[in-house]
Amino acid sequence: MKQLLEMLAKSLVDHPEAVEVSQVEGERSIILEVKVAPDDMGKVIGKQGRIAQALRTIVKAAAVKEGKKVMVEIIQ
Amino acid sequence: MRELEQTGKTVEEATEKAILELGVNEDEVDIEILEEGSRGIFGLGAKQARVKVVVKSNPSAVAEKVLSDILTSMNLDVKIIDKKEENNIVRFCLSGDSLGILIGRHGRTLDSLQLLLNIIANKENKDKKERIRIVVDGEGYRERREQTLQGLAEKMARKAYETKKNIVLEPMLPYERRIIHTVLQDNPYVNTYSQGDEPVRRVVISPRK
Repeated sequence: MKQLLEMLAKSLVDHPEAVEVSQVEGERSIILEVKVAPDDMGKVIGKQGRIAQALRTIVKAAAVKEGKKVMVEIIQ
Repeated sequence: MRELEQTGKTVEEATEKAILELGVNEDEVDIEILEEGSRGIFGLGAKQARVKVVVKSNPSAVAEKVLSDILTSMNLDVKIIDKKEENNIVRFCLSGDSLGILIGRHGRTLDSLQLLLNIIANKENKDKKERIRIVVDGEGYRERREQTLQGLAEKMARKAYETKKNIVLEPMLPYERRIIHTVLQDNPYVNTYSQGDEPVRRVVISPRK
């Protein structure tokens, strides 16, 4: 899941080398934190958060099989 | 974007060398001549030709690569079974046991995937004319969804007419709302319009007075 999000974020931004994804795993949930270059924030959030929402939807679909709740947070 | 500068006795020779080195076809690159080169006289003052060869971004290939990477990292049993290109629209058809997970409720996951692929594929494309549109479909899902929405439109129009009340539908994406509006545009008993802001914009079906 981390790998999926990292790959997607890197494909979206202008500075893929600045993309960092960290994973905090709890018993029932996983929190994924995406860090991108400041001027790439818009690229992973999008108008009215459309891109961020799409990323969350896809990551959640990937987590269905594992039966865990995933949260995606975008940080600067 | 990949690019390479190469020299040769002539422009053609330099270009050929560069293309060979990049391992691509001639129609996949843009060639910029940096120096024409000249033979000189009896080998005196001969100048090498120099070209810059830039591999054009190929949005359709980018989309296919990213889509297959996504499917692999999602670890779902879904594969790309078909790819059709027509008038700047690239349509991928997916199939597999876990297709349901990938489609998601009301196609939300499939739509998210499609949105991201469209952005990623056109990222290098500053020229609007060369933009492509990506459609991701799974085992005829898009067509089924369209039929479902058409059926829903008819059913809700009847309800609006019978109850003489406005019917507010679930929030939908622009292309889904368009399907509803289109089905009911010539309906003599109801009007349709949309209200609210994206992403919770809804179609309202209202009985004609």
